[in-house]
Amino acid sequence: MNNTDNKDWLFEITPKNNFFSLNFKEIWQYRDLLFLFVKRDVITVYKQTVLGPLWYLIQPLFTSVTFTIIFNNVAGINTGTIPPFLFNLAGITVWNYFTACLNGTSDTFKANASIFGKVYFPRIITPLSVVISNLIKFGIQFLIFIVFYIFYYFKGYNLVLNIYVLFFPVLIAVMGILGLGLGMLISSMVTKYRDFSYLVTFGIQLLMYLSAVMYPMALIKDKLPKFGWLVEYNPLAYIIETSRYMLLNTGEISVLGLSYTLLVTIAVFFIGLLIFNKTEKSFIDTV
Amino acid sequence: MKDIILKAENISKQYRLGQVGTGTLSHDLNRWWHQIRGKENPYLKIGDTNDRSTKGNSDYVWALQDINFEVERGEVLGIIGKNGAGKSTLLKILSKVTAPTTGTIKSRGRIASLLEVGTGFNGEMTGRENIFLNGAILGMTKKEIASKLDEIIEFSGCERYIDTPVKRYSSGMTVRLAFAVAAFLEPEILVIDEVLAVGDAEFQKKAIGKMQDISKGEGRTVLFVSHNMAAVKSLCTRGIVMEHGKVVFDGGIEGALNSYLINFDSFNSKKIFEIEDRSGNGKTLFYDFFIENKYGNRIDKILTGDSINLVFILKVNEESKRINLGFSLHNQYEDILTYLYSDFQDICFTGNRQDLLRVSCKINEFPLNDGNIIIKGRIEVDGVESDWLREPIAIIDIENGDFYGTGRVSELNTPFLIKGIWELSKEL
Repeated sequence: MNNTDNKDWLFEITPKNNFFSLNFKEIWQYRDLLFLFVKRDVITVYKQTVLGPLWYLIQPLFTSVTFTIIFNNVAGINTGTIPPFLFNLAGITVWNYFTACLNGTSDTFKANASIFGKVYFPRIITPLSVVISNLIKFGIQFLIFIVFYIFYYFKGYNLVLNIYVLFFPVLIAVMGILGLGLGMLISSMVTKYRDFSYLVTFGIQLLMYLSAVMYPMALIKDKLPKFGWLVEYNPLAYIIETSRYMLLNTGEISVLGLSYTLLVTIAVFFIGLLIFNKTEKSFIDTV
Repeated sequence: MKDIILKAENISKQYRLGQVGTGTLSHDLNRWWHQIRGKENPYLKIGDTNDRSTKGNSDYVWALQDINFEVERGEVLGIIGKNGAGKSTLLKILSKVTAPTTGTIKSRGRIASLLEVGTGFNGEMTGRENIFLNGAILGMTKKEIASKLDEIIEFSGCERYIDTPVKRYSSGMTVRLAFAVAAFLEPEILVIDEVLAVGDAEFQKKAIGKMQDISKGEGRTVLFVSHNMAAVKSLCTRGIVMEHGKVVFDGGIEGALNSYLINFDSFNSKKIFEIEDRSGNGKTLFYDFFIENKYGNRIDKILTGDSINLVFILKVNEESKRINLGFSLHNQYEDILTYLYSDFQDICFTGNRQDLLRVSCKINEFPLNDGNIIIKGRIEVDGVESDWLREPIAIIDIENGDFYGTGRVSELNTPFLIKGIWELSKEL
């Protein structure tokens, strides 16, 4: 028997990928790599610093203090019965996770060109590891939120957890997937057109103001009815607003808004995956 | 029955020359516009063959064109060719780093590549952590690495520093560690590109030994790309010779090496003034070249130890005051052996328009030993390049001669010979 026929090949290398060819089997084979990447990201970030992982906490705390002074004390945004500091801390912690995911994944190809240029492994491992290692960072930052929550609780503030808080992990997952999808999309385009990496840097800053991070969603509708739609069409605003609703029982929950968010997330993720798959095959020639 | 483990069919790879930037978007749009109308990619039709020295007409170039070959299980295949022949591009496609423009590669085994060692090393992490990370990048599981950890550390010879961050390592140690990880990979097909050039002599010996174990002892399929012909000859059973992105020979390793060498001979038949592959302002050009023995007779082979005249006939197109003529001698693999410009010895020549000049350079007691040498030449006029031939001026046979003047011929085939003036006196 001559076995040079077109059967029992282990794999083929062809010019084009199939759409959505996410090879789960292959990713599973490389799960150790995913784990090691996460480990690398976590342990190397603050090596050779004195404060080490404390930096994870310093950044959101100082940002919250600044926001509280500027937006609540100076500009007078009202956060109801919730202490403004806690209100801001909740928004910033959740928002930080999104930006970390987006920033980390959006230069996947550019930053890893030297590795990608030499060795093959499923490229999606890299952005996945970013999302996961940032989840750990988010976990640490969330702990500090809990500490302040308890602190304010015993100071006599009227803080009530919402029953929906059980769905909080789902919300964070949605946020991670949205960041991942958007990041994959942008990282693919950056390989050819560097313009996008500049767009991300300042785009994220502007986006924060449209994402209800330091104000309740109702406020913008109330004060700026003309531009309120900008926030209403922003899926991130719903995630932040909802997370505050879950954690602090403030603001509103919009089923319509959340369904919209979920839809956008799924769409962005699959488009990102599609483009990412297309790019990974030959980006090394253009990067 | 042939047990084919790897099969390449019609592999081609097209690259766009110049910068990615202006024009990229318009080409992308045009390509996309053709695609949605169901037409063929307009840029696939054009493209020059991959010959880096001639100026092409198109912005697109074929780095590889219609590569077909099969590899049997357990075979050690050498891929040879000059720089820019497309070897590395082929390996990149094989190791899935980049996709081919057309064609497919089918494989029955995992392919791992040692394109460059130390990929993904992180300076902040310790040697041990990096072994795991690097191993995982190369496709090993954590369990596999853990089971070989001791061997890897021992092979690398970095035991003492294994828990120190890699950024504190010397570059030699980094390379040793990286190679050690790669050497313990166990894929069905291993792709190796020029890794023999790492580390000190002792480690190189170790590396070549390991490579031989991998390819011979363990019956692994290996694709091996190298400029080191001695290594290729001793490791490989079969060879593919590539030239300008095409396979020009496929067969036994002896035949492949020969055909790689014969390719140079074809240059020899060309008249020098007809060579087109040259650069410079052309004020003075090489016109002809020959070698004379000490009696003034033309010769086509040199005996080691002969006194010879290298005679260059130059054509002066524009009055040139300071003609500085240089030539270099290369071995058959085009590695440079030595070179000489006339102005190293403070000598320049003058020529008037339309002159044909005869410049001869006498070399007493020619020291290079047995084999072929390639002669290349370059002319500068007033310090500016006037003529640089990219092809050899001549390929000359050298045979063992009476270098010592005693009738004794050297037995070892060393690259060059020396002789001394021996004296004896009594040391008190």
